[in-house]
Amino acid sequence: MSVDHAIMQMAIRTSILKNVRDNQPSLRELPEVPKFHSEKPVDLKALFIASLKELAGEVVTEPPADFDKFLKDRFPDAKTICSAVPEYAGNSRPEDFTRWSDASRIDVTIVRSPMGVAETGSVLLSEEEFRVNTIGFLAHDIVILLDPADIVENIHDAYSHPHFEQKAYSLLMTGPSGSADIGGITVHPAQGVMTLTVIFWPRAKTDVRSQSETA
Amino acid sequence: MSDLIDQARAAAAFISDQTHEQHLDRLLWMMRTRRDEAARRVPEWEQLRDLASAIKEHTLSNLAHYLEMFESRAMANGVTVHWAVDAHAHNQIVYEILSERKVDLLVKSKSMLTEECETRSFLANRSIRVVETDLGERIQQLDDEPPSHIVGPSWHKTEQDVANVFARAYGSDKNNTDPVYLAGVMRRNTRPLIEEARAGMTGANFAVAETGAIVTVTNEGNADLSANTPEVRICSVGIEKIVPNNEHLAVFIRLLTRSATGNAITQYTSHFREPREGGEMHIILVDNGRSQRLGMEKFWSSLKCIRCAACMNTCPVYRRSGGLSYGSTYMGPIGIIMMPTFDVRRYSELPFSSTLNGSCTNVCPVKIDIHEQIYAWREVMEEKHQIQLVKKEAMIVASKVLSNPTLYRIAARAAEPSLNILPRIAIYNRLNAWGRHRDIPQPAREIFHDWYQKNRSSAVGKEAEQ
Repeated sequence: MSVDHAIMQMAIRTSILKNVRDNQPSLRELPEVPKFHSEKPVDLKALFIASLKELAGEVVTEPPADFDKFLKDRFPDAKTICSAVPEYAGNSRPEDFTRWSDASRIDVTIVRSPMGVAETGSVLLSEEEFRVNTIGFLAHDIVILLDPADIVENIHDAYSHPHFEQKAYSLLMTGPSGSADIGGITVHPAQGVMTLTVIFWPRAKTDVRSQSETA
Repeated sequence: MSDLIDQARAAAAFISDQTHEQHLDRLLWMMRTRRDEAARRVPEWEQLRDLASAIKEHTLSNLAHYLEMFESRAMANGVTVHWAVDAHAHNQIVYEILSERKVDLLVKSKSMLTEECETRSFLANRSIRVVETDLGERIQQLDDEPPSHIVGPSWHKTEQDVANVFARAYGSDKNNTDPVYLAGVMRRNTRPLIEEARAGMTGANFAVAETGAIVTVTNEGNADLSANTPEVRICSVGIEKIVPNNEHLAVFIRLLTRSATGNAITQYTSHFREPREGGEMHIILVDNGRSQRLGMEKFWSSLKCIRCAACMNTCPVYRRSGGLSYGSTYMGPIGIIMMPTFDVRRYSELPFSSTLNGSCTNVCPVKIDIHEQIYAWREVMEEKHQIQLVKKEAMIVASKVLSNPTLYRIAARAAEPSLNILPRIAIYNRLNAWGRHRDIPQPAREIFHDWYQKNRSSAVGKEAEQ
């Protein structure tokens, strides 16, 4: 950016802010936002499953005894399985896709989410979990491990997670990509993953780093 | 800007084709019904609406402070922040970013602000190819039409219309109208362009002052793909999109999608604070008349809008005339109150494309008094002499009749037999804009006042007998 350009930008900025200051209405009070927790006990797992189902996401409620077989049965044509979790090796890692667009070669991405949201069925993901962000969208399918203990009740709780203040990119992902642009009924596929499966899978006790972050 | 927009005339072509009128009406009413069901499932819904309105009013009343806070946080996050006073300045900034990096292909996700700025044609005229990655927006781009709805840009099109557009553009099967097939055609043709592009562009649903984050809300994930895949990412943000912090953002996330489509949330709710690794991120804060609107006593609260389109889905005029008839970037009830702030003469007729039934206000998640602002705009048009003579004369007569109960009853009693015996041409003529494309309902046999007088007398009599 040239010096002239920078000076001009500064003048425009000053002018816009002055117009805003001159025109903004008298100060209104900022309200407190309650957490809106339900007065009745909430079965977070059941609510999460039901909410995610509304956006075509599926939940497997126990870790499969044989995960390799589970993946082969579920994705029989998958050749490239990219794992970003220690629980499963797969045959590629996120770091293999140094050109981010190359992640479109991935058939199945496996990643762990540090938080689920019961109200909406969403899972939280960021560059920390993906390592290469595009593995979450350019892959054909995605499998997300989630410790049921990491499910919070609603969106108000969700925004207390430190990811939203610390990460370059935080995503609340809720089901496979879809579109209702033709006829108003949501269909799959759209541009991103074709299917989304969440597996309730308690994190290993030794995974101290992730646990401390969600505390 | 130039010619006067005549929404009623433009709606005529749409209404003359019953297939499209009924298709759109049915689809949008489904969205409205789904919105109602979603709202009923949230016990604190009305409280959330009150909060959303109050948070937006607070933010707009302290906007300069929050804009400065947002800017400083975004810069600290490694983002380059630009300021644009109007559409041309915005487009010029985008062009300079792209041309300096020798980018000739830009993938873009849906953004009403870039529609407002006409960014696509600006760049196309400078040899930069822009590809829309939102399905509805791409359909409209391929058909050389602007969006007709701010959530579903091509919702006025039937499945057959889309099949025809894709057959023409991509050579797909025009007889296959299955939305799954058509969405697949889009995926096959657009994904390679996303992978190829070196720059991506998105709008913003919200900008969080305390974190410097841009928030986008999509079903398709195309904003995430457009933002994450290329190295250069540009984000255009209207200055009214600021919310103070994440605690406040939560309120809007709970309201937005439920109000738009009835779902609790979209598939992708994405927060971008910093450039992707090895990439760069530019945020353009755009005024384009917003700071001026902030000073309009009756109309500043339209800046609270979060673009859910619930007001469009519920509006009987919008549902039956289609968004393109408004001839404007923003359409339906919210468009009626926003567009005259851009050009009071060009959009002077829009405030009359409303029944003033108040349904838009009732469903608005941020409690904008839309129908009252529509009425206030009519008053402005009267003051500014922007009302057509026929409409003006009719309003003077109506005003006299409606303000005098005796005159009103005489007129109402005379209307019923007149409507039954007058020749059609006497009722459906040029002076009756409403009747140009619709039949007037069958009149009641007696006016309410007469019915009430009769029944009230008998009810009082019955009580007396007891």
